[in-house]
Amino acid sequence: MPNQIIKGQEIVNDDWTVLRLEEGQEPATVEIAAGKVIVPLTVWQAQKEALAARAEIGVWLQSDERPEELKGELDKFSVVAVNFPKFTDGRGYSIAYNLRMRLGYTGELRAIGDVLRDQLFQMKRTGFDAYAPRPDRSIEDALKGLTVFSETYQASVDDKLPLFRRHARTAGAREHNDVGAGI
Amino acid sequence: MYQYDQYDHLIVRERIAQYRDQVQRRLSGELTEEEFLPLRLQNGLYMQRHAYMLRIAVPYGLLSSAQMRMFAHIARKYDRGYGHFTTRQNIQFNWIELEQTPDILADLASVEMHAIQTSGNCIRNVTSDEFAGVAADEIIDPRPYAEVLRQWSTFHPEFIALPRKFKVAINGALEDRAAIAIHDIGLTVVKNDAGEIGFKVMVGGGMGRTPIIGTTIREFLPREHLLTYTEAIMRVYNQYGRRDNKYKARIKILLKAIGAEEFARQVEEEWADLKGTEETLTLEEMERVIAYFQPHPYEQLEAIDPRAGHEDNKAFANWLSRNVKPHKQAGYAAVILSLKKTGVPPGDATAEQMDFMAELADRYSFGELRVTHEQNIVLADVKQSQLFDLWKEIKAHGLATPNIGLLTDIICCPGGDFCSLANAKSIPISAAIAERFDHLDFLHDIGDIELNISGCINACGHHHVGNIGVLGVDKDGSEWYQVSIGGAQGNATAIGKIIGPSFSAHQMPEVIDRLLQVYLRERTPDEKFVDTVQRLGIAPFKEHVYATPINEPGRLVGEDEYA
Ligand code: HEM
Ligand code: SF4
Repeated sequence: MPNQIIKGQEIVNDDWTVLRLEEGQEPATVEIAAGKVIVPLTVWQAQKEALAARAEIGVWLQSDERPEELKGELDKFSVVAVNFPKFTDGRGYSIAYNLRMRLGYTGELRAIGDVLRDQLFQMKRTGFDAYAPRPDRSIEDALKGLTVFSETYQASVDDKLPLFRRHARTAGAREHNDVGAGI
Repeated sequence: MYQYDQYDHLIVRERIAQYRDQVQRRLSGELTEEEFLPLRLQNGLYMQRHAYMLRIAVPYGLLSSAQMRMFAHIARKYDRGYGHFTTRQNIQFNWIELEQTPDILADLASVEMHAIQTSGNCIRNVTSDEFAGVAADEIIDPRPYAEVLRQWSTFHPEFIALPRKFKVAINGALEDRAAIAIHDIGLTVVKNDAGEIGFKVMVGGGMGRTPIIGTTIREFLPREHLLTYTEAIMRVYNQYGRRDNKYKARIKILLKAIGAEEFARQVEEEWADLKGTEETLTLEEMERVIAYFQPHPYEQLEAIDPRAGHEDNKAFANWLSRNVKPHKQAGYAAVILSLKKTGVPPGDATAEQMDFMAELADRYSFGELRVTHEQNIVLADVKQSQLFDLWKEIKAHGLATPNIGLLTDIICCPGGDFCSLANAKSIPISAAIAERFDHLDFLHDIGDIELNISGCINACGHHHVGNIGVLGVDKDGSEWYQVSIGGAQGNATAIGKIIGPSFSAHQMPEVIDRLLQVYLRERTPDEKFVDTVQRLGIAPFKEHVYATPINEPGRLVGEDEYA
């Protein structure tokens, strides 16, 4: 079966490979296969000239790497990915935010690594538009993670308007009148 | 108080559906315990010594009587008939079944409550002054801003998996009653010379293993920038806060590592891009939220002396002097219901007491209550003329112990009786001390003193800032207690100093006694315990406590009751 990822709201086949350095491999000398490859930031920096000449190339950031390192170069990539080494590591959300909001990246922004269904909603909000859920989990289930909430309070990348600017919120406009009524 | 509109309702409802599904997936094995852990924690569900514990959010400590009744209902239906009010102004239930938590959330939602972000590595429930809105020294009621922060931080997509938990406190009065200096962010409402409302921003306070008092990084932040500036702080912390060691993951460690000036510079740089964006508060939004916190329809009353007519009643006088606080509206007072009766774990209330407190709120205080970070309950708007009647009623329910601010008004974490992180028990220590000093005249003579107890270094019982702080430590597998003195909360927040080697549980009442002996010997008129410690240093206390061996035989009070 071909690799699948979620792109936007759909499950699609994916022909990119993510290069992860193995023990002993050096960013400057590692060989990069032909075709669509998403390389680590360090590899991009070490082999920039050769890589920039390729038709399609992607780069990925580790959660402790700075998106600012790619300032001025972002239009060279078809994909920028952010790795979640652990689903509890939330740095990737801020990296995504800064890629979109401060650095103006508009291409595909993909979450890779320890990506689980219950993170997808916040990933979408902070600017991701592609997700490679962990391969041991159902990708169909993961898709459900994108639609948990239909309203949110605060602004983020997906919606620059916070709730109080999107809707007229009138004091006292209440759904039930149950407070004060006891149970 | 704030009331949900359709959006608040919708978000909480969708949360319950999400959480119900997560619990299902955990029960079916689709989620591993490791994966479920951060999800349940962000919903305040811990696995404790005996069972699951659920922590419910009481935003800035403010409760309606219906909400208090709901706690009574939860205590009865899903727990063992009581709940525990915490130093974070929340409530915890100790005996919860995982399968029932979605139903509890649904019950809570019916009274506009939830357990969102009461735990986990996210922005936690914002805390504030229990006398907000009624205190005479208030500049601006901080609660609308706490509410604005609550909404903004709820499910903030970027700050849901921070390096560590994150706590924000906000104070609106001259006196700090929200312990802002020991929070990750501590905000004080200020007015500038032009009369504009803003915040003084403190960052990097906290207790735990490395107690640190927060540093002011901005003297005046105009109020409309509250959210964007907080966001800038959070973003810097999220990216640069340490994640390799959970004890060093707090923002206080980052601040210490790079220096407050550098931290502030990074925040300002981040903020430069955010300032003025759509997240900036509008006047309309601020006014909308402020409208929920309008003063109650007070009657025009003359201030009276509540003692009048009860001059001979010493018990009532004691209660008035300790448990009743001034109110900015003439003829009204704020009353603290003590949850510190001897023999009861500090902060615990039974379902019957909760129902009763709800009823009192309806009859005496516009249907509202507040939870204090000292683990008591406040009725903030009682007519002075009704104080005597109220006192008679609450006496019968064990809520009138006249000990607020006294030695037996102990802050105490659940410790080894409930908490799986504990090194030692804490409830029996507080019980033994309360029992030993269960003598009102003596307590009143000692006067203001804060005794805080934590069962481990996490400092849930605020021991670092106790005038006397007791910390449970583990030595070769047995339980010992380390004592510090000179800590303080409020405007002159200070971290206590350890007096020396630790003590066994049985020695603790005598240790406290010896500390008090030095104080009583050395104090100048009107000097509080903490001031004497500050004036003399810890040496004379230390000397006296260790001068002769302490042999305190016998069983610890409460040991069996709370086991
Ligand atoms: C029984 C379950 C509880 C567990 C497992 C627990 C866990 C913890 C942990 C791990 C910390 C240290 C966090 C850090 O330094 O990063 C902590 C701190 C704290 N907890 Fe708890 N806690 C519990 C109950 C409570 C209760 C009942 C209270 C209030 C009575 C409380 C209030 C606090 C406070 C005020 C702190 C200190 C915050 C600071 O360092 O700034 N916790 N807790
Ligand atoms: S201080 Fe320690 S023992 Fe007490 S509740 Fe907190 S984690 Fe548990």
